[in-house]
Amino acid sequence: MSEQNRSPDILLNVEGISLSFGGVKALNNISFDVRKGEIRAIIGPNGAGKSSMLNCINGFYHPQEGQITFKGETRKQMQPHKAAEQGIARTFQNIALFKGMSTLDNIMTGRNLKMKTNFLWQALHLGPARREEMQHREAAERVIDFLEIEQIRKTPVGRLPYGLQKRVELGRALAAEPDLLLLDEPMAGMNHEEKEDMCRYILDVNDQLGTTIVLIEHDMSVVMDISDRVVVLDYGKLLADGTPDVVRANQDVINAYLGVTHE
Amino acid sequence: MTGLMPSSGLRDTFPKLLLDNARLRADKPANREKDYGIWLTWSWSQIAEEIRALACGLKDLGVEPGDKVCVCGDNRPHLYWALTAVQSLGGVPVPVYQDSVAEEMQYIYDHAEAKYAIVENQEQVDKLLEIKHQIPNLKSIVYNDSRGMRHYDQGFLHLYADVQDRGRAYDAAYPDFFLSAVDQGQGSDTCAMLYTSGTTGRPKGVMLSFDNLLITANNGCIREGLSEDEETLAYLPMAWIGDNIFSHAQAYCAGYCVSCPESSDTVIEDLREIGPTYFFAPPRIYESLLTTVMIRIEDAAKSKQRMFHYFMGVAKRVGMDILDGNPVAFGDRLLYGIGNILVYSPLKNVLGLSRVRVGYTAGEAIGPDIFIFYRSLGLNLKQLYASTEASVFITIQPDGQVNPESAGTPAIDVDVKITDNGEVLFKSPGVFQAYFKDEQATRETKTADGWVRTGDAGYMDGQGHLRIIDRSKDVGKLRDGTLFAPKFLENKLKFFPHIKEAVTFGHDRDYVSAFINIDLESVGNWAERRNIAYSGYTDLAGQDAVYDLIQTCVEQVNGDLAADEKLSGSQIKRYLILHKELDADDGELTRTRKLRRQPIAERYAELIDALYSGKTHCPVEAQVTYEDGRTDTINADVQIRDAMTHGASVRAAE
Repeated sequence: MSEQNRSPDILLNVEGISLSFGGVKALNNISFDVRKGEIRAIIGPNGAGKSSMLNCINGFYHPQEGQITFKGETRKQMQPHKAAEQGIARTFQNIALFKGMSTLDNIMTGRNLKMKTNFLWQALHLGPARREEMQHREAAERVIDFLEIEQIRKTPVGRLPYGLQKRVELGRALAAEPDLLLLDEPMAGMNHEEKEDMCRYILDVNDQLGTTIVLIEHDMSVVMDISDRVVVLDYGKLLADGTPDVVRANQDVINAYLGVTHE
Repeated sequence: MTGLMPSSGLRDTFPKLLLDNARLRADKPANREKDYGIWLTWSWSQIAEEIRALACGLKDLGVEPGDKVCVCGDNRPHLYWALTAVQSLGGVPVPVYQDSVAEEMQYIYDHAEAKYAIVENQEQVDKLLEIKHQIPNLKSIVYNDSRGMRHYDQGFLHLYADVQDRGRAYDAAYPDFFLSAVDQGQGSDTCAMLYTSGTTGRPKGVMLSFDNLLITANNGCIREGLSEDEETLAYLPMAWIGDNIFSHAQAYCAGYCVSCPESSDTVIEDLREIGPTYFFAPPRIYESLLTTVMIRIEDAAKSKQRMFHYFMGVAKRVGMDILDGNPVAFGDRLLYGIGNILVYSPLKNVLGLSRVRVGYTAGEAIGPDIFIFYRSLGLNLKQLYASTEASVFITIQPDGQVNPESAGTPAIDVDVKITDNGEVLFKSPGVFQAYFKDEQATRETKTADGWVRTGDAGYMDGQGHLRIIDRSKDVGKLRDGTLFAPKFLENKLKFFPHIKEAVTFGHDRDYVSAFINIDLESVGNWAERRNIAYSGYTDLAGQDAVYDLIQTCVEQVNGDLAADEKLSGSQIKRYLILHKELDADDGELTRTRKLRRQPIAERYAELIDALYSGKTHCPVEAQVTYEDGRTDTINADVQIRDAMTHGASVRAAE
């Protein structure tokens, strides 16, 4: 708490981001910030540029203009693995797990960046590598306990129902112990009960692990219920930014979602 | 064996047994629990320390002798310790079904006048907070798992570990307190109050004394020769009397180890890892294990399927005789030996039943096919007849004389008699003290000279084995006077793996008809192999192909019934497949999954009318309650079919 205007802490600041693919402007001069410890939602109709925004944040896309500041450090060009090292983890709109591997192994891959011993030590499974694996296994088990997926610990994820696969993916992201968690449509394709479970886990992650979360979601009731602040994008432009109540009352947002009546 | 007798004065209460075990078997494992993927073990001396700390902590919280303390949650060592801790203060633990909804809990807390609650986690705390204003007696809630509880700042909530810390401090200040409190306990004190699941009306609180539980438990240990080396898995609800005996009382008597699964979803894996030697399961568990096996066999390679079916044939022919020690031809013995290496032993290993010496089943009738399947594998599975009012054991099938249809011979110190109208009565050291605050019900159930009415109709067969027919009040008559035993028919239907639940109607009617619940797993797999698409239970249940499948089952039952002269009149003439699964959350089943006939009959009155009119289908709307308490309606058009009946109807037509 250094100065008055520094609090609340800004974890991530996005300033004037523009991204285009050829002639298509995916993002046009977008600016917003994410405070430490909050749940920030990005919403918008299809093609609004939500996933592109996440891809910029975790360094997969390189915006032509603008800058991203994470933990006070402004970056130029960034690779996804660098973003991961800095403490950004994410899940994907289409599940991207290793289907043939067990839940436990998938979650262990989330620990990959934290493993220090080299390949040879690990292959021999000796001394430090062994100690390290035990330590990482413990971290993975904590995630399994947290997400209550003990019963599928050894099941290959390809055999799991969709809702559980989503949970495993969240688990892998959590295993990296991120400061910032990016969730791309964590509830897409789920039934009501699964959605409710997922909401609870997201809130638990935020509350108990103190992880800051940026999520993209289509289900408005979910977004309005769990997020602290909402960014609305439409055709690459920033339409609104504020608390759920503010956003809900915004005429531009209503028009974008419900259409405009012609007098 | 006399060293185990509780009446010696030293071992007549759970806390005294605990201290004794902590001395005799200090380093023997008493409890195991899997946490973070690793089995943690507590020895008898360790659990004695834990329980002492908790008991002193509860004392510090204000628990007084005679106070009722509700205990609620999944099977956890910490909750079993809570039972003994409360008992050592002279309090009465009241285990509550952990999946009860808030209103059910409210009734029990209110009726039991519970002042304290010891619960597992946030889920249970939330339920209590919801009803807290309706149960003013409740003073404090102790919870074990702090997860999600960070923002709960109510003063009456206490973390289990914190209570233990307070207890250690209290113990240091008053070092004589715990032992003197334990010394004051007597065998005749009430040691637990269990609520019956309530197939009829409100649950009743059954008060049991230390003598009830410990003498019965000890007799059970003697009969089966249980030792301190047994391993068991505690996975059935703690509020159920069986779990109290198998996972608590008998463990304290014999000194064996009780393991708790990681979660209720991991029981099958945990079973394999623990390899219990003493195992109890209601028939539905054995059924679902068998269903899983059969589904996987159908997916296996053809050669493996042939091998499995061939050796299962051998087992069916001679396996039971080998287990019972009857003479069997040398060639068959050899084949059985090969089968054991190739099929039976690997199969038992997969199921986690390799080491089972004594396996019990009770609660409902088990299908003869299922029963024979397990016994022919060499698993010593036995049926017993039990009741909360008896502290479990009434009759047990003796080794070597196991007949699928009987419930066995009376347990040690138990007398059984049959009244003139066919009701089974018993008398034993386990007979409960009374129903809490319900003298009338106590008088109706317990006669002045100590006999207890079970409400079951049954008879003793030629070998002195008890056979149970049905609940005596459920046995009815068709209009033409034919005997109608609904549960008997329903069990026959349920023995088919495709049928999960059945409800039959017929009392004061012209013929018998039935509601069927299909088994989603089994029928779902069957449908997948035939490329039948379905979206969920309701959709699958309404398909013609599924009706055809169930039709064969119903007609097979009718065929069996036709062979029995007394029962051939109660063949099932019409049936339907219900559009939703019967569920305890909707009040259609009890928490132990027994049918609640009255609510079912009221709720589906329209469908029952349709069964007794000529209709071929009936539109319905049903309310379903989700786990979180929300309700929704399902709309469906239920098809009604006629089943072919044999014999009796032919004669009637002539």
